[in-house]
Amino acid sequence: MKEYLSPLAANLKPSGIRKFFDLAATMEDIISLGVGEPDFATPWVMRESAIFSLEQGQTMYTSNAGLLELRRELSKYMAKNQGLQYNPDTELLITVGASEAVDLAMRALIVPGNGVLIPDPSYVAYAGCAAIAGADIHYVPLRAEHDFRLQVDDLQLAYTPNCKVLVLSYPNNPTGAIMTRDELLPIARFASENDLIVITDEIYSDLTYEGTHTPFATLPYMKNRTLHVSGFSKAYAMTGWRIGYVAGHPDLILAMTRIHQYTIMCAPIMAQIAALEGLKAGDSAKKEMLLEYDRRRRILVNGFREMGLTCFEPLGAFYVFPDITATGLRSDEFAEQLIKEEKVAVVPGTAFGPAGEGHIRCSYAYSTQQLLEALSRISRFVKKRI
Amino acid sequence: MLSQEDRSLLYILSQDCRLTPEELSIQTGLTPEYVNKKIKQWEKDKVIVKYGLLINYEQLEEDRVTALIDVKVLPQRGHGYDKIAQRFQKFPEIKSVYLMSGDFDLCLVVEGHNMHEIAQFVSDKLSPSELIETTSTRFILRRYKQDGMEFHGEEEGPKRLMITP
Repeated sequence: MKEYLSPLAANLKPSGIRKFFDLAATMEDIISLGVGEPDFATPWVMRESAIFSLEQGQTMYTSNAGLLELRRELSKYMAKNQGLQYNPDTELLITVGASEAVDLAMRALIVPGNGVLIPDPSYVAYAGCAAIAGADIHYVPLRAEHDFRLQVDDLQLAYTPNCKVLVLSYPNNPTGAIMTRDELLPIARFASENDLIVITDEIYSDLTYEGTHTPFATLPYMKNRTLHVSGFSKAYAMTGWRIGYVAGHPDLILAMTRIHQYTIMCAPIMAQIAALEGLKAGDSAKKEMLLEYDRRRRILVNGFREMGLTCFEPLGAFYVFPDITATGLRSDEFAEQLIKEEKVAVVPGTAFGPAGEGHIRCSYAYSTQQLLEALSRISRFVKKRI
Repeated sequence: MLSQEDRSLLYILSQDCRLTPEELSIQTGLTPEYVNKKIKQWEKDKVIVKYGLLINYEQLEEDRVTALIDVKVLPQRGHGYDKIAQRFQKFPEIKSVYLMSGDFDLCLVVEGHNMHEIAQFVSDKLSPSELIETTSTRFILRRYKQDGMEFHGEEEGPKRLMITP
């Protein structure tokens, strides 16, 4: 039936993690550091509020943009905690995960052939959504020597006049890198000078371990040219609920809401209710998870450095991205041999783009016991090779 | 007020007090010397009172009974409830003593090998005291959660996928 497929669907590349997912699925007793989601269950206050809403029979559609009460609470939360000012009536849209927000943004902005600047390595959905919208993808390498912080020089090299959109994602998946306000300012100037719309995915912003996170839209003159994407999956451990959001200029949000109303209608009401409860009462649970992640982050970084591998210190998200070139293996070879020899699953850096070569992504969304066991197995594996 | 680093150190210790200063140093980013000094200081200041163990005796099939005993007392002039509370805390059978709001004044947590032993303790040691007006004893029948730990949770949580982006 392949002949019936549109060229776009036929040519869409599978996600780079697919191969390792299939390999890991065939094996038993694997310790996996390959998961991009929290190991905590959603805080009970949030689960309980969703259960109660079901008991009350709250099973209807909500408005396309999402429950107004949720948008209002979210607007207050963003103003209080992040210095972001968005009108809940016209500048906020609740989506089915942050991925839907990225997809809507691409569809609303891209005319086939427009260029999209995408950092490499980065979360797999950006390039996928840009490709679905017909964009011409321009990868901008993130370099280990710059701690994976985006550099204007690299942007300049990747830029062509057809570029319309820049994707940013800090704290970053897969590297765990963050960017400070001072480091983001030149990027903002570049966006202004080249009239780019910036889609910034800040879903890991609450998982910042040093300093405070700077939302890109708070930089001078950036609010109107920024689509601020985020969601509840990571900080509130809500991945399966699929609740994200996007904030931006009313013209852009209106266009995205129109696409959303035809394709999705609205995000599930019980998930929206749980998210609302998270904003009202989930703060202490969120803080406790942050303390636990911070502790595990240090265990993993220290473990890789003790093996003799270079491992830059990630200050956000829940990933470390050690350099494995000392083993003489490519990223995919390392990951494949490691899972076969030591039954530890990690994700090769190249799954997130070609510039991820020489690195592996390890998540620390695991118990300290699991992390220590995984480190001991990886250490045995590495010692045989360096 | 605790600094962020000290809060983190105390949190990790509260999760696992067996960690060595070197392990604590790795997990907090503080030096082992600082960790050592800080813990000694906290021990001296009675911030850290004891390093505990949480045992689920049900698993051992040991006979062990815990009772919550609410006590109404006659406060003493010049001492309030302190003097009687301090007297109670000397009994090894009494594991915890709390001053409470509500209908009763003190709440005692008492442990024994069986209900008879606790009943004996109440009638022999507590009730005859001239300072006690009345008591109400409630036995714990099953422990579902204690000190933040679930005793009867699901054996294994739901499974995550092995690899996700």
